[in-house]
Amino acid sequence: MKIMQQLRDEGRADDMQAILASIPYARFLGIQVDRKGTELTTILPYTPDLIGNTLLPALHGGAIGAFLEVTSVIQLLFNTSCERLPKTVDISIDYLRSGKPVDTYGRAIVTRQGRRVANVRAEIWQEEKSKPIAAAHGHYLLTPV
Amino acid sequence: MAVKEELQQLPPHAVAIGMEVVDVVGNQCIAKVPYAEHLVGDPDTGIIHGGVITATLDNASGWAVRCHEDYRPDTGMATLDLRIDYMKPAEPHQDLFLLTECIRMASSIAFVKGIAWQGSEDNIIATSVASFMLGATPPLPEGAGS
Repeated sequence: MKIMQQLRDEGRADDMQAILASIPYARFLGIQVDRKGTELTTILPYTPDLIGNTLLPALHGGAIGAFLEVTSVIQLLFNTSCERLPKTVDISIDYLRSGKPVDTYGRAIVTRQGRRVANVRAEIWQEEKSKPIAAAHGHYLLTPV
Repeated sequence: MAVKEELQQLPPHAVAIGMEVVDVVGNQCIAKVPYAEHLVGDPDTGIIHGGVITATLDNASGWAVRCHEDYRPDTGMATLDLRIDYMKPAEPHQDLFLLTECIRMASSIAFVKGIAWQGSEDNIIATSVASFMLGATPPLPEGAGS
């Protein structure tokens, strides 16, 4: 059975942690989500596997990009009822600071939601929210229920 | 040490994903990402996650800079931005290949274009454009891997 339909049938369509747990790649990165009311914060717990530069050390730019993408998709799924997981059309990432070997947090805003395409902006930070380490904006293709 | 051998010392995250360097030709770098269950983004279809393509194109773009003839060994490098366009979903259970090319190496910035494909090079899954700041980090010690 399709994962989104299965979660809906179980009355867990808004259980973002369950959605993350169903995505192998999100499990591999260890991404978690914290929900306070309607506010979502994604968490990328630090593991040595996320390192891209062993000398600094710094998080891998790709892990940062992937975390931004997952953060965007989770917010999108929280805002809308989808038949399938959204497909990324494009994503543009700005690397702002080097990622330290500590936990990283993310938030996303759906800036515009059309019937088939949504625009999402995401930002991730470590110790201080006012000092993001990277930001992204992307377009995602939706399959509404 | 030849560039190809040097690139084979992968950063931990590239090792965790399972990517490998296939070849280095001029300013171009070819890499491979074998299909693996932990890379799946959609459990309904078994298609790999977009983040895998982002991560590996980012890494392979950095390699393309290091392949460039004007690249001074051990220059520090930091990704400034990366844009990925996903042309179509990847096929499940198929390896992904990446081709990246450093198209311009200026004094402090390098520009890289890349494609990700499956099967044959005209079957493009995603394209990328990236820019890197050079000399952004302290020079790496001799023999450094990333």
